[in-house]
Amino acid sequence: FVNKLQYLARIDRARALTAQTAETDAIRFLVGTQSLKFDNQIHIIDFDDENNVINKSVLLHDAGEIWHISGSPADKAVLTTCYSKTSESRVLTCAAVWRMPPEWESGNHESPDDSSNNPQTLELLCHLDNTAHGSVACVLWEPMGDGKRVISLAENHVLLWDLQESSTKATISSSATLEGKGQLKFTAGKWSPHHNNTQLATANDTAIRGWDLRSMSQIYCIENAHGQLVRDLDFNPNKQYYLASCGDDCKVKFWDVRHINEPVKCLEEHSHWVWSVRYNHSHDQLLLTGSSDSRVILSNMVSISSEPFGHLVDDDELSDNEESQQEDKGKEPLQDSIIATYEEHEDSVYAVEWSAADPWLFASLSYDGRLVINRVPRALKYRILL
Amino acid sequence: MSSATTPPDSDPSQRRRVHSMLKHYYGLNEEGKVTEQAESLDPCDINGPHFDPEVYLNKLRMECSLGELMDHESCMVKQIRFINFICLSTDTIRKMKNDFKKMEDEMDCLSANMAAITEFSAHISGTLQDQHAQITKLSGVHTLLRKLQFLFELPARLNKCLELQAYAQAVSAHRRARCVLQQYSHMPSFRGIQDDCHVIMEQLAQQLRQKFRDGGSSAKDLSECVELLLQLDEPAEELCDKFLSHAHSSTTNPFLSPTAGTDILEFIDRGCNEFVSSLCLVIASYQELFINRPQEGELASKNIPEMANGKLHVFVDTLAARYFSLVERRIQEEKGVSDNSLLVRALDRFHRRLQAISKLLPGSAVPSQGTEIVVRAARERIKQYLSALQTFYHDSLTDVRQALAAPRGATSKDATPSLPELLTSLSNFILNQLKSVLASVHLFTAKDITFSNKPYFKGEFCSQGVREGLVVSFIKFICQSSRQYCESAGDRGGSTPPALLLLLSRLCLDYETSTISYILTLTDEQFLVQHHTPVTPVTALCAEAREAAQKLLNHYVKVQGLIISQMLRKSVETRDWVNTIEPRNVRAVMKRVVEDTTSIDVQVGLLYEEGVRKAHSSDSSKRTFSVYSSSRQQIRYAPSYTPSAPMDTNLLSNIHKLFSERIDIFSPVEFNKVSVLTGIIKISLKTFLECVRLRTFGRYGLQQIQVDCHYLQMYLWRFVSDENLVHFLLDEIVGSAAHRCLDPSPMEQSVIEVICERG
Repeated sequence: FVNKLQYLARIDRARALTAQTAETDAIRFLVGTQSLKFDNQIHIIDFDDENNVINKSVLLHDAGEIWHISGSPADKAVLTTCYSKTSESRVLTCAAVWRMPPEWESGNHESPDDSSNNPQTLELLCHLDNTAHGSVACVLWEPMGDGKRVISLAENHVLLWDLQESSTKATISSSATLEGKGQLKFTAGKWSPHHNNTQLATANDTAIRGWDLRSMSQIYCIENAHGQLVRDLDFNPNKQYYLASCGDDCKVKFWDVRHINEPVKCLEEHSHWVWSVRYNHSHDQLLLTGSSDSRVILSNMVSISSEPFGHLVDDDELSDNEESQQEDKGKEPLQDSIIATYEEHEDSVYAVEWSAADPWLFASLSYDGRLVINRVPRALKYRILL
Repeated sequence: MSSATTPPDSDPSQRRRVHSMLKHYYGLNEEGKVTEQAESLDPCDINGPHFDPEVYLNKLRMECSLGELMDHESCMVKQIRFINFICLSTDTIRKMKNDFKKMEDEMDCLSANMAAITEFSAHISGTLQDQHAQITKLSGVHTLLRKLQFLFELPARLNKCLELQAYAQAVSAHRRARCVLQQYSHMPSFRGIQDDCHVIMEQLAQQLRQKFRDGGSSAKDLSECVELLLQLDEPAEELCDKFLSHAHSSTTNPFLSPTAGTDILEFIDRGCNEFVSSLCLVIASYQELFINRPQEGELASKNIPEMANGKLHVFVDTLAARYFSLVERRIQEEKGVSDNSLLVRALDRFHRRLQAISKLLPGSAVPSQGTEIVVRAARERIKQYLSALQTFYHDSLTDVRQALAAPRGATSKDATPSLPELLTSLSNFILNQLKSVLASVHLFTAKDITFSNKPYFKGEFCSQGVREGLVVSFIKFICQSSRQYCESAGDRGGSTPPALLLLLSRLCLDYETSTISYILTLTDEQFLVQHHTPVTPVTALCAEAREAAQKLLNHYVKVQGLIISQMLRKSVETRDWVNTIEPRNVRAVMKRVVEDTTSIDVQVGLLYEEGVRKAHSSDSSKRTFSVYSSSRQQIRYAPSYTPSAPMDTNLLSNIHKLFSERIDIFSPVEFNKVSVLTGIIKISLKTFLECVRLRTFGRYGLQQIQVDCHYLQMYLWRFVSDENLVHFLLDEIVGSAAHRCLDPSPMEQSVIEVICERG
């Protein structure tokens, strides 16, 4: 059994990674490259679980180097990218919605030797026009939505877009602007899957803010959430008020947004900036972090998860009262622990993602273009499941 | 006569003749009858009565010759002589005979006299007999009369006693009369008296009880009262209760209001003198009254002592409980730790005086409760000392902070040299304070303190109290609070000055190497700690101190690295790198970085040793620069310049590995200057790298980065343990900048050098 697989992208630099959110059968990740001089590409990484083989397809993204990539939750062919565009000695990061050409899957796998084969190009659906608002930091799809709403964070603006006419037309339905001293700029954001998708969390500098999308107003603000810049956020998929954040102070913090004075928990395992934090979509005790110390750390945060005593007791189990009570007695709250530290990367890891199809699988991407796919250790998997 | 019989064997008839002559003389006949008829009438018979000497002589002259005459004459002479002798003896005997006779007469006379006397005497005594009986009777009457008089006078007397408050007399008088009155109560007069007495005694008892209740009298008066009442047949139980309740008020009253402002010794003194001594007095008089008194009569049956003893214990316990609560409250108020001797002396006195109670009342729990209080006070004291030490430590640190902050504003040069001095003085302050606290606490175990030989003070106090509770806790506190500096400061604006972190780190390290074992040895020696219970070993404490030192130093590196990082980050983020002008100078921020690094180097050098560094080449800055600008750079850039060129991924990976030794950005720092500086520089350059990767550069932007990196190269290598580290990171920075450059045309190496050397 191979626990990890590496894939070295044929590009030198890459930052953007996403799982293909709408794809629930194949284990598939999308990587966007960063190159100022050559055409940028979207690498579609398919992991064949049975044969332990990685298959790669390439799509051309000629708009510019990709800083952020995000797949639609409804249509697996649709994705957004944030890319930088240089014009007249000005660099601007724009956002657009793309569709993968339908033919990419049919025999367009790029073999290592076959580089002369011209890759297909992404089909532009629409621009999320941001010329008025400045560079876009990221685009967020509505979690588990119908693929018709996205949010883009541009400088200090939150823009909520409606995608119409099969995503070919994007209109701003509402927006909010963060006002304050100095040049405020959003660095990251996350659309909460809870509360009917009406909440958003954003990060700017050291602060984390919560927004109500109905009124487009701020609902909470964690000032100085981190000692330095906040790099990433993620919502606990099973606990609606819980939020993880990471930043330049090398820490990962867990927040209950109802009590923002102190973090619920704080991890300090990385030795440099933590760029990415991701909850496992199903088992929220599993937490993935990637850092510019070139490490990926998989943590088991049982104590603050939705399953602090192991797996959830189902209803049918409850009927057998005596047994479950005995079980409960034997179970103490499990200890939070580091499950594994992955050191395959040799450059800064800027992105980590769980697979959308297999909850025990995850990918990490470092700047040198190395994508590593790992599994949660089997022993832990069984401990969580059984 | 025997001479007359000589010669005895010559003539037996002669002998017979002599014998018969003697018989004759004494009037005795040979056969008991006088034979007068046989007497011859011969005148010549010399022995006959009719002897005629003339005849005899004539006869002899005629008959006898001369010889015979001579013989006869000599015989005659002998016989005469014998006879003379006989005659003489006979006279004497006769005379004696007469005397006896006379004596006998006199004796008779005497006996007669005696009889007369006896008779008289009997007569007299007979006469006197009557009179004696009379006298006895009279005397009896007299006594009776006196008693009667006493009885009749009793009410008056009792009244008088009552007036004079001579209760004792009254009671004894009444006691004497009581039985009689009881006996003759059927007689109206006596009954009257008895009733009177009864009333008076009732009154008296009333007065006594009144006196009892008033409580104004001293314990001694009171005990007298009780004694009298007891004699008046008051129920002992009630008396006990009353006595105790009175004693209760009298012992506690003056003590009830602990006035503020008195020091503890004075307070305890008052407590001892007023409460404990009067309690002792009460106990003593109570015991005298109820417990130790000889049991007489009906009182014996009531088993008073047992009952009284029980009551006494309850009484003493309740009072003592109250006293103890007061004392404890007062002790708790004793928060100032400046002078421990006062408290110890007070506790000693407190404890000592309670021993008196244990002597008086052997079974009482009071003294042991007192010991408990002392133990609690000692425990509390240790806690107070600990917190005092902690406060002192905080204050000292505040002083150090001020010292660190103050000169920095005035002249920057003055601040740094004082760092070792600050460390020494801080360390000495703490040590001295600890020593003085130990000395203070040591008072608890001084030989002349009564409670020092209690098991608690011999064992637990020394080991668990002083060693663990005070010394070990304090050391742990130092480590703990040091760790807190690491946790709080970094996040919220870095309120702790880095120099303080450095200083504390050194302090903890010094503790690890020597101070802890010194302090603990000192404690163990002073308190002769016998470890009955497991105590924290020195090694564990040292490990903790080392951990704290490590953490502080790590944090120092982080904080200093962060300061430099922030400068670099701002300088990269705020600049428009696409539209910048051609570089003519090293940017000011780089100079600042080098300056700051230099001053950090000086600062760390004051407290930490140099450390080891890898050997340098003769001219590191030059040599490495050439390496980095030539082969390595090209290898690193190769993929980015030729992205679509077929390239063996394996080879690429290997090349990559060759040059990228993993760098732990915040790896643990060693306790030396080089390691600290290496850490800080690593953090700073890594930040630089990450910031560069987020930007897009124009041609001149890249060139500026080249210049800046070269400048850093020139100065930073000397601070780190391995200069390759600096080279690697700077390579990465320039490489990343080149990759992020829209028009990557690097500057000529010689031009870079010129610019950098110009400063």
